[in-house]
Amino acid sequence: MIKTNKKTPKNIILSLENVSISYGTFEAVRNVFCNFKKGNITSLIGPSGCGKSTVLRSLNRMNDLIPNCSLKGTILFDGTNIYDKRVDPVEVRRRIGMVFQQPNPFPKSIYENIAFGARINGFTGDMDELVESSLRKAALWDECKDKLKDSGYSLSGGQQQRLCIARTIAIEPEIILMDEPCSALDPISTLKIEETMHELKKNYTIIIVTHNMQQALRVSDMTAFFNAIEYEDGDGGKVGYLAEFNSTKKIFNSPKEKTTQEYISGKFG
Amino acid sequence: MNSLYYQKRLSRNIGDKFFTSLSVICALIAILPLIFLVTYILYKGGSQITPELFSLEPNPPGDDLDAGGINPALIGTLIITSIASIIAIPVGVGGGIYLAEYSKGGAFSRFIRFGVNVLAGVPSIIAGVFIYALIVSTRILFGSMYSGLAGGMALSILMLPTVIKTTDEGLKLVPNELRYASLGVGASMYTTILKVTLPSAFRSIATGVVLGIARAAGETAPLIFTALFSYYYITGFGDLFYEMGSLAVLIYNFALEPYDAQNKLAWAASFILVLSILSVNIFSRILAAFTEKTKRV
Repeated sequence: MIKTNKKTPKNIILSLENVSISYGTFEAVRNVFCNFKKGNITSLIGPSGCGKSTVLRSLNRMNDLIPNCSLKGTILFDGTNIYDKRVDPVEVRRRIGMVFQQPNPFPKSIYENIAFGARINGFTGDMDELVESSLRKAALWDECKDKLKDSGYSLSGGQQQRLCIARTIAIEPEIILMDEPCSALDPISTLKIEETMHELKKNYTIIIVTHNMQQALRVSDMTAFFNAIEYEDGDGGKVGYLAEFNSTKKIFNSPKEKTTQEYISGKFG
Repeated sequence: MNSLYYQKRLSRNIGDKFFTSLSVICALIAILPLIFLVTYILYKGGSQITPELFSLEPNPPGDDLDAGGINPALIGTLIITSIASIIAIPVGVGGGIYLAEYSKGGAFSRFIRFGVNVLAGVPSIIAGVFIYALIVSTRILFGSMYSGLAGGMALSILMLPTVIKTTDEGLKLVPNELRYASLGVGASMYTTILKVTLPSAFRSIATGVVLGIARAAGETAPLIFTALFSYYYITGFGDLFYEMGSLAVLIYNFALEPYDAQNKLAWAASFILVLSILSVNIFSRILAAFTEKTKRV
């Protein structure tokens, strides 16, 4: 285990220190300081192009897969900078799971979708039990217990997304990242996923990017508002930054920043 | 005011008619060779098909006896194509995986892609001469000269670009979301490729491989320099290191003989060769159609 000297408070699971992320020469987001609390649901909101998805993807090194993406600063997880050269990104992703914008089940059976991640992570226990408990936690068990052998694609969009959540739970991560998990879903499926998230909160830390402010209000304990402005030293393009980070109640009832107030009241975005 | 009705005599309508019929005629002319070729071979060769054809050795030309069968050539074609596949499929699929999954579009991968395109355009006789110089004339394979093994190597050079290209393109069609899904649950790069991306691209890769095999099976020029020809049954593993017959070379040799019996045998071999390549091609189309269907699910 690689330890750094930095001390973070005990209830902080993930800590961003002066993080800037660029795609090639284009800087997407600059100087983010942010602490994510254990057992909380934190939502990242903000207008398009403010870098909230970029920040989310950086938290489990998914940005490594995008060519030319580079990160400055440190992200501390469990006392370790996950961007340390000695860190194995595969190990990071095993402990910080991710649910994507589009439901992306594997072209395998429902059972195999869940067993796949567990198996490659060296799971040796009772696979049937794991599949059932993961599906139960994702509130999908009752709908698909009779067709575990069917393809993951046979499910509806909302069910597929919950299957993806179940798949992530099955590897027992400490944090679950969700990148606009409901943007491709209808309101009823969205509601189900939100219920699932409330259930998951007991055992996991969740960080979610959402365009839907009502959703942030409904599900999250903490909210981070990202905005994008033109910097004087920049080449005219907008650069994202963390404008305000506070409890969800405070962000929506008495925001400190004027831009936050304007964004949540729908003046821009 | 012009009438809204269609007027035949209008110069633009006459021109339109002319060019439509011209292109239809050109399309018909283009398809004629295929139709004539296939029907002529079916007619000339189909009448020669007997059970003995598949079981006998060809008789050496020169007397008026029966010409025999094409058994050694048929088996030889199977063996030589198999050797080519054994070499070209792993190397080609591996190279395609590198291009599609690992390379980041740098100078090296661009060079490989360019190289593969050049290799695809190399005349097949050059592949034969190359293996002749490298393997046959140097007797590097346990002292053997012309051999089925060398023939397989020559054909593998021709198969390689097709296999690399279709693997590369097949893998590129796999949506990135699927890769993210796998990496997102903590799979390593190689698990992702082996368990998720390759199975998803399997059918399009298989289609390419089958097309590559079909192309290699019909080649003559590379085999004249490498496998040469043999009249005798293939009896054991050791025969790999000696001259080996093949349908393509049998046709080349016997079609030029002045004897009628040998010419008839060449027609029969043509029939078998065309039929098998045609069925392999149709098989690949079925595979491809199957891929299309599964993608839409």
